[in-house]
Order: sequence, then C-alpha cells, then structure tokens
Amino acid sequence: MPLHRKDLLGIEDLSVEEINLILDTAETFRDINSRRIKKVPTLRGKTVINLFFEASTRTRTSFEIAGKRLSADTINISASTSSVVKGETLIDTAQNLEAMAPDAIVIRHSSSGAPHQIAKYVNSAVINAGDGAHEHPTQALLDALTIRHNKGKFAGLKVAIIGDVLHSRVARSNAYLLSKLGAHVSFAGPNTLLPHGFEKQFANAEGSVRFAANVNEAIADADVVMMLRIQMERQAGGFFPSLKEYSIHYGLNLKRLSLAKPDAIVLHPGPINRGVEIESDVVDGPYSVILDQVANGVAVRMAVLYLLAGGE
Amino acid sequence: MSSLLIQNGTIIDPSQSLEAKRDLLIRDGKIEAIGEGLNAADAEVFDATNLIVAPGFIDLHVHFREPGFEYKETIESGARAAAAGGFTSVCCMPNTKPINDNSAVTSFIVEKARVANLVNVFPIGAITQGSKGEQLAEIGEMKKAGIVGISDDGKAVCDAGMMRRALEYAKDFALPVIDHCEDCCISPGWAMHEGEYSARLGLKGLSGAAEDLQVSRDIQLAEITGAHIHIAHISTAKSVDFVRQAKKQGLRVTCEITPHHFTLTDAAIYERSYDTNCKMAPPLRSQADLEACLEGLSDGTIDAIATDHAPHHANEKALEFDQSPNGIVGLETAVSLTLDHLVHRKIISLSRMVELLSTNPAHIFNLGRGTLTTGAVADITIFDPNRKVKIAASEFQSKSRNTPYDGWELTGAPSATIVAGRMIWTAKAR
Repeated sequence: MPLHRKDLLGIEDLSVEEINLILDTAETFRDINSRRIKKVPTLRGKTVINLFFEASTRTRTSFEIAGKRLSADTINISASTSSVVKGETLIDTAQNLEAMAPDAIVIRHSSSGAPHQIAKYVNSAVINAGDGAHEHPTQALLDALTIRHNKGKFAGLKVAIIGDVLHSRVARSNAYLLSKLGAHVSFAGPNTLLPHGFEKQFANAEGSVRFAANVNEAIADADVVMMLRIQMERQAGGFFPSLKEYSIHYGLNLKRLSLAKPDAIVLHPGPINRGVEIESDVVDGPYSVILDQVANGVAVRMAVLYLLAGGE
Repeated sequence: MSSLLIQNGTIIDPSQSLEAKRDLLIRDGKIEAIGEGLNAADAEVFDATNLIVAPGFIDLHVHFREPGFEYKETIESGARAAAAGGFTSVCCMPNTKPINDNSAVTSFIVEKARVANLVNVFPIGAITQGSKGEQLAEIGEMKKAGIVGISDDGKAVCDAGMMRRALEYAKDFALPVIDHCEDCCISPGWAMHEGEYSARLGLKGLSGAAEDLQVSRDIQLAEITGAHIHIAHISTAKSVDFVRQAKKQGLRVTCEITPHHFTLTDAAIYERSYDTNCKMAPPLRSQADLEACLEGLSDGTIDAIATDHAPHHANEKALEFDQSPNGIVGLETAVSLTLDHLVHRKIISLSRMVELLSTNPAHIFNLGRGTLTTGAVADITIFDPNRKVKIAASEFQSKSRNTPYDGWELTGAPSATIVAGRMIWTAKAR
C-alpha cells in the first residue's frame, strides 16, 4: 500500500494511519540494514536528488544511504547559498531540477516553507529534510520509531522536549506526531526561546502539547526526554546570556534526569553540544538512545522514499 | 474646451452633505452645475443610471518605483493602474532610487506625471536624507517643487529626537508627517505577524507591539509639537485605540488603513502555504486586530483607505517567503474590496466610503480636491456598487501582478474615472 500523497512536507497534515504505515514500513527496512548485503532492488531505475541549501552531514548522508540501499540513483546537490544570493529564484531552481525528471527531490533549506513552495511547481515527490524553523518530518518519524521500540506505545506517554523550541523544526514535527499518537508533550526552555501561541492548535488533539513552567517540571515523571541542540549563534542574538548559564539552568545532567521515570529514555537529534544542552555522562549513559535514532533514521528514510518514489 | 454631462446617477458628495439623484455638468475641467434634469446641447453625455457619482478617489499611499525600479512600475503604468482602479489622484512615496529627498527628484516625478497625463500624482518627500533617519531632508525646497507630505515610509524614524524635530520643522511648511510605525529594534528580520500562525509556520514574527510602541510615541510627540501626524497603514487593535483617544484629546492625528488589513489575516499565510503575496509591512494581523480595524472604520477613527500599492516583479515574489520583498499591488482591487467587504457587509455606508476615499484624504493632505462643489476641479469617480467582478491579475494595468486577490469574486467596481473633466478610463463591462 503506497502513501496517497505526492509529497512529505510535514507531520502536521499526516493522518495517524499514514504515520503508522511509514513506521511499519520502516520496521521491514530495519531488517535489511542488519543484513550482510544491505541492498534491495526496490527503487532501481529511480532518481533521487538530495538538494541541500543548508549544510548537513547527518541527514544528507542518511538520505543518501537510504536511497542507495534501495538501488535508487542518488545525486547530492549542495546549494549552500539561497536563491536570492545566487540570482536564481527558488522556483527556477525547482523547475530546472524537474526538467531532469527525478522521482523524488529531498530538500533541506534554511527558509521555512521553501519545500512547500517548490512542491507547488514540480511533479516529483518532494520530501522535506528540514525547512527553517518549521518542520523536519523524517526526524520526528525516526524519533517515533525509536520511542516505539523502547516503549512499545505512544498513548499516555509523557514526553519532555527541552531547549530552543522557537527555532526548532524538530520540536514542531515531534509535537504534531506525538500528540496525534496520544502522547503528552511538555516543552520547556528559556522563555526567550519558546514560541508562545503554538500550543493553541492542540486543544482537540488525541494527546496534548503544553509549555511547562520550567525544565524540572517538564522532566518530572517523563517517559521520554528529548533535548534540542542549542545553536551557538543564539547567544549572540541575545536569547540567553552565556552557554555556561544555559547549561546550568536548562541543560540535562544526571541529577535532573533522575526526576524522570526510572526507565526514561533520552533522545537528541544531533549534532550534540556536549556540556551545553546535555552532559557527556547522559549522552554515553544507559538511558541514551541517541545512536539508535541515527540507525532508525536510515530505515525511516528508506520507508519514505519507497512509499513516495513509487516502489512497486 | 469640452463639456460633459453625467446624467441619472446618484451623486454622493459628503463635502456638501449631498446624496441624491442628480445630473452633473462639467465645463472646462470644472464642475459647472449639479441639478435635476440638466441640459447642455453641446455636452457629451455619460449615462450613470444605477451608478454612483463621487468626488475623485485619492490614494494617499502608493509606490510608483520610478526613478530606479522601472521594471516593477513606472509613473505612467502606475497612473494607468490608478485610473483603472477608479482613482483620480495618488500620493507617491519617496523610497525610489534615488530617494525623493531633494527637489530635483521631486521635479522629475512631477514632470513624468505631467507627461503621462492621466491621474494627479502628488509626490511625498523623505523626512530624512536617504531616509536614513539621521539628517532632515530639504523639506522646504521639496515643498516648492510639489510635495504634499513627508515620510520615510518603508522604515520607521527610529530616533524619537529626530522625529520630534521633523514634526516641528514640517509645521513650518504645513506638511503632514506620514508615519511608518514599526519599532526598529524589537524584531529585525521578521517575516510575518507574531502569533499562533508564525509559531506554526516557523517564521519570525513581528509583534503588534512594534506598531503600538511607535504609534503611542509619535502621538505624544504630536502633542508636544502641535504638528500633524498621519499614521500610515494602521493595522493593530491597540493602535486604532491610541488614535481614537488622541482624536478625543483634539490632537492633529489622522490615519489610513489598507484594504488588505481589513480583508485578510495572518491565517492566510498558513492557508495558502507560504504564499509570498501575503507578505507585506505591516504584516497581515490577527482576526482580533482586523475586527478592531473594522470598528475604527465604522466609528470614524480611521480617516482614509489607502492601498500601499507596492509593485514587485514576479521573480522577486518567487523567492523564499522570508526573503521575498514586502508588499502587494492594490490600486486595481481597492474599490471592489471596499464595496464588497465594507459597504455590502454593512460596516460603513456608501457616503462614509466616499469620505474615506476622497473627502478625508483630500482634506488630510490639503490637496484642494475631494469635492463636487461648483467651480471645483472636475475629478470624479463613477462606480457601480452592484456589478459583480472576478479579479484577474493578468489584466492589471500595473506592471506587477503581486496580489493575493487573484480570482476573488466581488460585488462592486469602478465604472469611470474623470480627471479635470477628461474621461481617462471607463470599464469594459458596464
């Protein structure tokens, strides 16, 4: 059964059935990733373009491996500058790529909405690999796969998401996904980095999304603690006074983690700033499932490519 | 010179409290007579049955892009758009290249408008040199060359001391200071209104407080200087209330609103998935702000409807949302939007509409127009409150097509535009 949609632009408009379909499909690809020969012919003859307007090692590599393990021809384009600097409009870029008839275009862009704008102009499947501070759907899906493996369910889970929620596409996509599946999400972080008003839309969600009073309250009794990466330039933007103060008041250490449930797991989308938003003994400790997330990322991206680029 | 007899129309002229079925005779570019059953054997006749005949509409706020950005709009193409939108006069903002901060540029605009020979184009001069907010522009010299007001529109005058001096100095030349109200520091690089939708879309928000801070600051400066301040494109509930209170105090504070701020909200950016034709400054605001603006329109707090006509090339609007330029074209949709969203929805009366589009703008900027009294310049807008139209951006007279209203079906539209007695535009469909 394929996904009945052209693009994967965000989690917001996915149904619970679609999310489960992607996660179930990813399970089958996890097995391939543990085989000796990690390649299947599913997408042979299909072309996948990874169009990255913003630097990324992890996500780009993950998509590239996913495409290659499905036997798709995978092309990476790093357009590190925005169209306004290049002198070519975003839509021109999209139409040029479309003329080469790819089956899927994976887009990472520092401007929110750029993949949505491109998707209006191309027939190929557009997969959002992170747009500005908006969404990062495959990250939320790989987080969900990781949570499902460890907890076996979503309904009733308490999930704390801590840090720079304002600029985080990971936080937004996770809020949509987890609340659709019945989890209760608590955001916390410096008040300067919380997108006030975001929670209004979740009034009728299966689960819930709210802003906790502080980090400790969010973490208390949590099943899942997700730490967000702090961008170093936010300090220069005046959102908080210093990395030291950030780490003391908002970072995750073992003491703070002890407020969570005894079997809580810790996620981080990476790359990690050790000693800033998360202490090394947490990263490397038994609660951490950070490297499982990376492994699951390949499986989830294989599933998305398979379902959208038309494996038959 | 020629004569024109407009027959069987309903004349609405708030300047003389007239709303009645009358004929109107124009001779030598002036209003000769208004009356019942007028006859003039030598006059050309325009049948205005079922139409409204009003003093010519005046748009206090347009960007005609010439000199410097002729690929977006020229004074001539802008004037054609104005005529096709039912406007007989426009006031053009100084953020051209070079900026209209000296009499040479002012004279250039006046000359281009004379050659185009369509609507009246009244230039607005910059408040400060290069609109940099540092040193007053040569306001007196620009006034001699034809400016009707001063503004650094597009950006705010950040420095309260500079704004105070501008207000004091403008008073010497009886010019209004047109205020683009946006606190400079609160949210540099914003892309839309700050609220639920900016949070959802991951776009940098500009709080309504950015406008409210400066509106309240500048009302206080108007109070200590006694100068006339005109708030451009008002968009928030609180700012409307600040103006309401200032008027009660008797201060010389006036304001205008754009059609997009009384027809659209920030939800449009979400619903249209990052449509850059919903990006402008000030940004589309919340539903509560829009409702407060409607109240301001109906209770008289808001003085004028002005389009902030801001043409941009399609290539510029094809950029990422946060990088595409602010603004939409407005001249060719304003009258239909006003009739459909304000008059037919009973927010305002037809007579109040004429006040907002003609009587008040003429008075605020002291343009010597906005009236159909005998002897006045015969600038006239004839419109049909009931004609159904479908907005088609591809048919705009403007060089640019950046409108969020393409395809909208509206009730009411301009029928003819007359400038100094000369019919410069008539609608194809009648």
